Amino acid sequence: MPTTNDRLLLIKNGRVIDPATKTDATNDVLLDGVRTAKIGTGLSAPDAEIFDASGMIVAPGFIDLHCHLREPGQEMSETIETGARSAARGGFTAVCCMPNTQPVNDNASVTRSIVERAAAADTVQVWPIGAASVGSKGEALAEIAAMKDAGIVAVSDDGKSVATARLMRQVMDYCNSLDLPVIDHCEDPSLFAGGVMREGPRSVRLGLKGIPAQSESICAGRDVELAVLTRARLHIAHLSTTGALEYVRHAKKLGVRVTCEVAPHHFTLCDEDVRYDTNYKMNPPLASRADRTALIAGIADGAVDAIATDHAPHHPASKDVEFDRAPFGIIGFETALALTLSELFHTGKISITRLVELFTTGPARVLGSERKIAVGSPADLTIFSTDLAWTYRASESPSKSRNTPFDGRAFRGAPVATIVGGRIVYRRELGATA
Amino acid sequence: MLQRLEHLLGIEDLTREQISFILDQAKPFQEFQRHPLKKLATLRGKTVAIAFFENSTRTRISFSTAAARLGADTMNLQAEASSLKKGESLLDTVRTLEAMRPDGLVIRHSSSGAPEFVADRLGVPVINAGDGTHEHPTQALLDALTIRDRKGHLEGWNLTILGDVLHSRVARSNVHLLSKFGVRITLCGPAMWVPRELETLAPNVRRVTRVEEALDGADVIIALRVQTERLHEPALAAEEYILRYQLTPQRLQLARPGALVLHPGPMIRGLEIDGAVADGPQSCVLEQVANGLAIRMALLYHLVGGAAVEPPPAKPPEKAQ
Repeated sequence: MPTTNDRLLLIKNGRVIDPATKTDATNDVLLDGVRTAKIGTGLSAPDAEIFDASGMIVAPGFIDLHCHLREPGQEMSETIETGARSAARGGFTAVCCMPNTQPVNDNASVTRSIVERAAAADTVQVWPIGAASVGSKGEALAEIAAMKDAGIVAVSDDGKSVATARLMRQVMDYCNSLDLPVIDHCEDPSLFAGGVMREGPRSVRLGLKGIPAQSESICAGRDVELAVLTRARLHIAHLSTTGALEYVRHAKKLGVRVTCEVAPHHFTLCDEDVRYDTNYKMNPPLASRADRTALIAGIADGAVDAIATDHAPHHPASKDVEFDRAPFGIIGFETALALTLSELFHTGKISITRLVELFTTGPARVLGSERKIAVGSPADLTIFSTDLAWTYRASESPSKSRNTPFDGRAFRGAPVATIVGGRIVYRRELGATA
Repeated sequence: MLQRLEHLLGIEDLTREQISFILDQAKPFQEFQRHPLKKLATLRGKTVAIAFFENSTRTRISFSTAAARLGADTMNLQAEASSLKKGESLLDTVRTLEAMRPDGLVIRHSSSGAPEFVADRLGVPVINAGDGTHEHPTQALLDALTIRDRKGHLEGWNLTILGDVLHSRVARSNVHLLSKFGVRITLCGPAMWVPRELETLAPNVRRVTRVEEALDGADVIIALRVQTERLHEPALAAEEYILRYQLTPQRLQLARPGALVLHPGPMIRGLEIDGAVADGPQSCVLEQVANGLAIRMALLYHLVGGAAVEPPPAKPPEKAQ
C-alpha cells in the first residue's frame, strides 16, 4: 500500500499496553503516517510531531463492535460524519455500524454508500455490518457475499433476532463459508411482547410492561445449539442476562466458536435505576442487580470477549415522550471508556491490561482479525488517562442526539487522543487538572 | 408541619401524615354534598384543565363536578377530540393547554408515568387521575375515606384485593396507601395476574391464589374489575374466572362478619362480583362514588386554590353564592 501521508508522529513516554504482545512498558512509538515505524525508549525523529504521553496509557486503537450511525435514512438522529466524530472523542479508531438503517444495509450498494460516506468523513474507520436477511425481515437471505466484497465485516439482523431457527441455521452455514461472524441480537418476540423494561419488582412497581430475562436467554440457547450444529462463528450482541452468559460459557467449554459483548450501561446500571425517564429505556433493558453482578464476573474472568457501546442515537423529540412510547437505546461512544474505568478498573474488578483487551484484541478476535502495537502494524492508537477528572456533558457531543442517562456524571479517566492512520483525529484539551 | 403538596402524582411517595391530612380535608366536603345548593365560590376565577387521554366517564365526571362545585371553570380535553389523533405529542398538547393559563391540570393517560412526565415539564399543579398500570391515587384516597368512615379507623385491618392485580393501578395505589397504616394486605387472583413481585410493593403484602384462603379473616374486600381490554396476555375464559374467583354471598361468608365490599367501578355484575353482594348491606359502592367527589374537591382546593383562597366551609353555606 502506498504511503499517502508521510508525516511522522512520535508519541513519547507513554505506558504502552498491548495485550496481543503482552507488552506493558514505558516506550516511545513512532508512526510514519500509515504504519508503526519504531518502538523503543529514547526515540528521536527530527521532523516528527511530538505527542507527550507521559502518565498516559498508549493502547492499540479501540474497536466498537456495535453502534448505530443512522445513515442512510435517519439523519435527524445521526450521520456517519457526526457519529464518527463522537466515536473519536470516545477513543474509538474503528466502529462497526449495524444495518438497521433506512433502507436496511442488505445489499452491496447500501454497503458501498456507507463506505464512501465514511471515507468522506475521514475521521475513524467505519466497518459496516450487513443484514442477515432481506430488510432484516427474517424471510430470505440478504446478498451477503456481495456485501462482503463491498466491505462488511459481519452480518446481523440487529434490533431483533433472526426470526426462525431454520433461517438462522442457513445464515450461519452460509456465513461460515464466507468466514463472516454472525452477530446475534437475542430476543424471543413472543416473550418480549411489547415490554419496555426488564420484568421484575421494579417493572411491577412502575406499572411498566416487563420483558422476562428468558426472552434473551432462550434465543441465546437456540443459537448456541445452532453454532454447535453449523460450527459457524456466533457473536452474541449486548448480552445482558446470566442465562445467556451461561450458554456462552457452555459453548466455550465445548470449543464452539461463540463470543459475546457487554454494553457499558449493562454493567453500570440495573433495573432498580429505571425511572420514568426514557434515557433508561434500552433494548436489551437494564438487567437485574444479580445479572449485572454476573456480567461483571464474566467480563473479569474472560467469558465476555468485548465491551461494545450499542451507541443508539435518537433525535431529542423522539425521546421526549411517554416512557412506553419512546424508542429504545442510548448514545454511548463518549462514556464507554470512562464507565469501564470507573466501574471496573478503579473498583479493582479488572486489570488495565484486561480493560485494553476488551476494547482491542477482544473485538478484533470476534471479527477474525488482530490488533496490536508492533513495527509494521497499522498506525491506529488510543491514548487515554486512567485518572483525568472530568464531567460528561452531552451538550458538548458532536453526536446529533443527547439520549444518555450519564449526562452530568463525574468521571475519573478519559480518552486523551485518538490516532487513526497516523493522524490525531481527536485530542482532548487538557486543562490544569491534567 | 405538613409539607405542602405540589402535585398529586401517586400515593407511594406520600407520608401517612399527608394522607391523613387529605382525608381530614375531605370531611367538610362530604357534608357539603348533602346541601341542596351545591356551589361554592372557593375557586371562583380559577381554571382547571381536565385532560383525559384514555376513555373514562366516571372519573372525568367526578373531577368536573368537583371543580364546578368549588366554583372553578374547567377546560376539557378528551383524546378522541384532540389533536393526538393527528400525531401531536403529549408534550405539545399539554403545552397548548398550559398556554391558556389553567391553575391546575388533571390528567388521565394510558402510559404509566405520563403525569410525572407532564409535571416535570409544566408549571402548574398536576393531579394524576390514573396512569397506565401505575397509580390511581384519588381512587385509593376515596377508598380510604370510605373505610375510615365505616370502620372508624384504618389501622390494623385485613384487606383482600381480588382480581387482575397486575394490570390494576387501583390495586397499587391502595396497597401503597393502606400499607402505610399497618393494614395487612392479601392479593388474590389467577396466578398470572398476581405475580410474586407484587409482594415487594410495600410491607405486609402477601400473594394468595386460592380465593377461600384470601377471604378468610378479611375485614375489607376490594373486588377489581376484570380489565379484559387492557390485557396483553391471552385472556382467561370468563367462566373459569367466575367459577374460581367471583365474589359470591357464599364466599363473602368466609370473611369477618360485617366485612366491607368495595369496587372501583365500572362493575360487571355476574363476572367479578355477584349482584347480591354488590347490592348487599356490606357493599360500599355508592358511598365510594360520593366520597370521590369530596376527595377531589379537597385536592383541588388544596392544590389549585393554594393559600390565597378562603378556607372551605366547616358547614354547608346557608345560601347559594
